[in-house]
Amino acid sequence: MSYHVNEKGYYGDFGGAYIPEMLYPNVEELRSKYLEIIREPGFTAEFEALLRDYVGRPSPLFLAGRLSEKYGAAIYLKREDLNHTGAHKINNTIGQILVAERLGKKRIIAETGAGQHGVATATVCALKGLECVVYMGEVDIERQAPNVARMKMMGATVIPATSGSKTLKDATNEAMRDWINNPENTHYIIGSVVGPHPYPDMVARFQSVISEETRWQLKEKTGSESPDYVLACVGGGSNAAGMFYHFLDDPKAKLVAVEAAGKGVHSGESAATTALGKEGVLHGSRSILMQTEDGQVVEPYSISAGLDYPGIGPQHAHLFKVKRAEYVSATDDDAMRAGLLLARLEGIIPAIESAHALAHLDRMTFTGNETVVVCLSGRGDKDLATYMKFFGL
Amino acid sequence: MNRLNQLFDTKKEPILSIYFTAGYPELNATLDIAEALEKAGADFLEIGFPYSDPVADGPVIQESSQRALNNGMTLNVLFDQLKDLRKRVSIPVLLMGYVNPVLQYGVERFCAAAAEAGVDGVIVPDLPMYEYEELYRDCFGKHGLSNVFLVTPQTAEARIRKIDELTNGFIYLLSSSATTGKNLDVSVTTESYFSRIRDMELKNPAMIGFGISDHRSFQKAAQYTRGAIVGSAFVKILGASDYLANIPAFIRSIKEG
Ligand SMILES: Cc1ncc(COP(=O)(O)O)c(C=O)c1O
Repeated sequence: MSYHVNEKGYYGDFGGAYIPEMLYPNVEELRSKYLEIIREPGFTAEFEALLRDYVGRPSPLFLAGRLSEKYGAAIYLKREDLNHTGAHKINNTIGQILVAERLGKKRIIAETGAGQHGVATATVCALKGLECVVYMGEVDIERQAPNVARMKMMGATVIPATSGSKTLKDATNEAMRDWINNPENTHYIIGSVVGPHPYPDMVARFQSVISEETRWQLKEKTGSESPDYVLACVGGGSNAAGMFYHFLDDPKAKLVAVEAAGKGVHSGESAATTALGKEGVLHGSRSILMQTEDGQVVEPYSISAGLDYPGIGPQHAHLFKVKRAEYVSATDDDAMRAGLLLARLEGIIPAIESAHALAHLDRMTFTGNETVVVCLSGRGDKDLATYMKFFGL
Repeated sequence: MNRLNQLFDTKKEPILSIYFTAGYPELNATLDIAEALEKAGADFLEIGFPYSDPVADGPVIQESSQRALNNGMTLNVLFDQLKDLRKRVSIPVLLMGYVNPVLQYGVERFCAAAAEAGVDGVIVPDLPMYEYEELYRDCFGKHGLSNVFLVTPQTAEARIRKIDELTNGFIYLLSSSATTGKNLDVSVTTESYFSRIRDMELKNPAMIGFGISDHRSFQKAAQYTRGAIVGSAFVKILGASDYLANIPAFIRSIKEG
């Protein structure tokens, strides 16, 4: 079975490009050129050099000793939190800015939830001297203030999205509207494996460096490149897609994707898409999304801005449907406690998004011999105010 | 041959189509507005079924969609209202909206309900051509529904030809690549785009939409195509308390200035 996109832009039943005609020329230009561009030797060389010298890759694979002891398995953390700008998001923005440059685009737009993707986009725009406009939900601007400041400092314009739940979904709508109104000079750097084909595939390719490194790092450390479990949190699903990529065809590796259950999967305040969603179309692709009987998108909720999204990328919908990966969820409380635990046991403060993946360790049972890799997608600096308030620190 | 094809075959003067969102400003105003529009002289109607995330729309239609949803509008409610459509309205009617509500309703069921209500065509801006051809075309055809695609100044000629082949109503020309509600700005480049399309001699008639808000822009559009579609400018006047009473003057202002 193939877990990758086919020539029509589909992963099984999911994917495609459900976009109005106004977006077609830009998306089609990207679709017809992206593979050729990213396979050029010049592109690969520049991408790899920037990942090494600017982002700081390879990111370490760290055996978390005290956490391993607590759970009774060898738990490795893939340290995307140590990347420049503090999350996995920069792997994708480096790739896309190089694509945008080769397409001759002068203006970059992006949406952001936690602000990590916005920061990663503002960063590469500063690096390349391109104009940068970031759409961010009003609610998120408030709860992720340090990231707003970082974007502004690097010269980006941050525009609040004031419709709907004023979070990631609405920021994405605004970015798409901007692209419709600026059809010639603008590239839209989507921050996750969502959107019309070819975005889910392109973003997954740029993020696949996570699992590519993990395999050789595991081989070095354990003698085998195959772990028993691979865990990652899922908002739109980009860190998970990158973390899973080179394990998809490895039958030994069980893949676990952790969604945000908010105040409980059935509390009405949740972002657990696979548990609550149905098949449908959101932001240009056919996938699974939280919606009413009438096909209206339901406002999601999570304490973590980066997971506060009512859909998942089409590849995840496919992996879920064919059961290649298991989709589970962790509540706000579980994630916050897992974040505090990692801080206390390992001296690492994770992003609340990443803490959702860690929280699932509590629900797993181990015999003592398993190797587990958890994608630590980002660091928690941006979340300090939320942690402080939650724990009354 | 449905009402829409007949209109384009017979009407000599510029054609005016009006868009409004079903369920706005009041849940049950759909047919009252439709009837008032016909009486006032609109040539055909586009009734929008609201969606929570209308990415192709500007603030006015976004707001009307949200209000309509808050009022309780759904496709079920709309089709229930449309049972009396043909008792009260004789001009062509199209339904316009995003693909996800149609998918949830069921494509076959949607087409059957639309045909049963006496609807003549459908505009779903985010339904791609490929999927339309593979999965929807037969269903639309079977129920006698015209399907309308959009074209922008950036749409390549070969693609316009393909759209023309797949369409059997009219071609919806966007004055520029824009979300709804921007004012038409007729520059030299838009004029050359309109003439380019005219000179392609497509089999379908064309109408210009997005940004048509007054007599001047309506007339300009009618110079190049069969007429124009007014959306946001009309939805705006529905915000007033006596909106039904204002409809005749609005239509007159577009048609006559
Ligand atoms: C640290 C971190 N992890 C995860 C996510 C969720 O995104 P994705 O599911 O695309 O990895 C975000 C999004 O902002 C993030 O900042």
